[in-house]
Amino acid sequence: MSAEERSARQVLPGSVSFRPESVNGHHRNGVNGHVNGKADGVPPAPLHQGVADGPGDVWDARVAAALAFLRRRLSGQYEVDDFGFDPELTDGVFHPILKLLYRDWFRTEVSGVENVPESGGALLVGNHSGTFAWDALMLTVAVRDETPAQRHLRLLGADLVFRVPVVSELARKSGVTVACNPDAERLMSTGELVGVFPEGFKGIGKHYSQRYKLQRFGRGGFVSAALRTGTPIVPVAIVGAEETYPLLADIKPLARLLGVPFFPVTPQFPLLGPLGLVPLPSKWLIRFCPPIPTAHLTDAADDPMVVYNLADQVRETIQATLHDLLKDRPDPFGL
Amino acid sequence: MVTAPLPGAAVTSASPVTPPRVVVVTGVSRFLGARVAARLVADPRVERVVGLDPHEPSARLAGLLDGVEHIRADARHAVRAIGELGAEAVVHLAVNGAPDPQHGGRAAMKEQNVIGTMQLLAACQGAPRLRKLVLRSSTAAYGASFRDPAVFTEETEPRAVPRGPFARDILDIEGYVRGFRRRRPDVAATVLRFAPMISATADTTLTRYLALPFVPTVIGRDARLQFVHVDDALEILHRSVVEDHPGTFNVAGAGVLSLSQVIRRAGRISVPVLEPALSAAVSMARNVGVGQFGLDQIDLFVHGRVVDTSRLVKEFGFTPRSTAEALDDFVAGFPDGAALTADRLEAAERAVLDRIRQVRAAGAAALRAAESRAGAGQ
Repeated sequence: MSAEERSARQVLPGSVSFRPESVNGHHRNGVNGHVNGKADGVPPAPLHQGVADGPGDVWDARVAAALAFLRRRLSGQYEVDDFGFDPELTDGVFHPILKLLYRDWFRTEVSGVENVPESGGALLVGNHSGTFAWDALMLTVAVRDETPAQRHLRLLGADLVFRVPVVSELARKSGVTVACNPDAERLMSTGELVGVFPEGFKGIGKHYSQRYKLQRFGRGGFVSAALRTGTPIVPVAIVGAEETYPLLADIKPLARLLGVPFFPVTPQFPLLGPLGLVPLPSKWLIRFCPPIPTAHLTDAADDPMVVYNLADQVRETIQATLHDLLKDRPDPFGL
Repeated sequence: MVTAPLPGAAVTSASPVTPPRVVVVTGVSRFLGARVAARLVADPRVERVVGLDPHEPSARLAGLLDGVEHIRADARHAVRAIGELGAEAVVHLAVNGAPDPQHGGRAAMKEQNVIGTMQLLAACQGAPRLRKLVLRSSTAAYGASFRDPAVFTEETEPRAVPRGPFARDILDIEGYVRGFRRRRPDVAATVLRFAPMISATADTTLTRYLALPFVPTVIGRDARLQFVHVDDALEILHRSVVEDHPGTFNVAGAGVLSLSQVIRRAGRISVPVLEPALSAAVSMARNVGVGQFGLDQIDLFVHGRVVDTSRLVKEFGFTPRSTAEALDDFVAGFPDGAALTADRLEAAERAVLDRIRQVRAAGAAALRAAESRAGAGQ
């Protein structure tokens, strides 16, 4: 029996006589246990069955954990890294919310998890679609929850993300940084898992009729960053995002007025107003393709031919995998 | 006084460097200048320390300047001072981060920062015995843009001309130093880009801001910040003078704190304000001559600024204490006025948990009593 279960049992109202000091003492044990032992998911079934009035224990533990979390947040006793990534907030708040969407709304299925390296740097390159970057967020959840090493994916975002107040800070705290070579190379050389969508706004702002047709891959900056650090590239195909907000038209003058790359008209938006922001419940499939090693090409990082060919290889791999996945999913909204 | 070998001695023994005998320090009427001059006086290897500053130091700092020859003149007279004294090293610290309403405001600030540096460097160029130039710069040299990388190395160029007056001055000053390096390659020029300095006793724009009970911040922005402890900044400056470290170096404590974290750790309460409103308030306050808070600070709080210090650590063999440690020292020196301290939050947490437990215990007791009554009734 773990220390945690013991302390949980001790705080049972029935088993302790209520002298203030001892209550304090037990309470402290309980809280420390949660801080160290990640109590959240832990209060296990045996405890539930073994002790008569079990449900109280679980809630006791949850309330204590929530209060401890709140205290750490309010007193600033947490860590962020150089990029502003806040793992505690990401795991404690962002991921549980995104996971609801990932599991219950999009019913996401993942394949090829063995292709995501369990340690060391890697560059995940995906196709971008769906007007709003849900695919990037869902990929983060997939990497964190479904791969064996449960790593954090560090996304590279457009500078527009960092211009918008609130959004910029949510992005930073969840591990996103500006898509530029210095940041990408710094993350990869420190052994992080980096995610990038080279299509950028061309990918998410394309017409619904163009769905699952990969757009141009920019200048291949992501390839030269990977080459310079000798980081393997893992192509990722994401099916499902295209149907979340099918883009029927782009009101260009309005986009220019607002300073955004496109102003989408979808079946839901702007017709339904804020309700139009709810994505359609399409069925999602994510496949990680085998990594492409680059360690032998470190010297060729500045050779445009090598960079272009590699970018093309990644693009072809993603496109072919998309076609495969689409065959497995005849109905975009089916189960 | 300090007679023991300084911590840097081990490094110097590897490459024998003779410390300069005559050192000219500018800006000795201010906190950093006075402290640097005092440390140089205490170092037996330095024979003569001359302070160059048009202003008289405050009473608090005057005590530090025993043994420092103070020349009350600005940089225009530097030619004579540096040439006649046979200065071997010049430490340029008269770079102001914010306009001082008592000393002429922004116009005087620019005069001192930009024109002052230009004249000082002109004097340095003509000083035959000069071997060393140490310049206090700032990480504001990297500007502020939404396309900036998250971490600046010394090679990072600013993407746009910053709007803050101090940042613009810093860019000008560093430009002059680049020119000086070309013209006098025999002089070892050390440019130190400091993160905001902080300590229990330091009195800067930033420390005064953080000492406010309600701290204004920008809505929707939570900048990543770094600090350097004043004592570490002094150590680096001292080593730059007595050892040879030519080049440009970022000086900051490792690690990053977000502004919200800083405010929470200091036990203050943040008041988020819309960015245009904050900018307007700041320029209004500036016009009536109160407050030293400016566009430099707003840019910092919108964009944040994090630098890579690996070059400093490698070259100086010295690691400044981390940003979090530097802040802890500052917070320890400011115990009063804190509203939300960690202790109080912990006490509140304990009270809530105890209360829950008491209520549940009472509920369970009542339930048991009811059950036993029911049992007795049957």
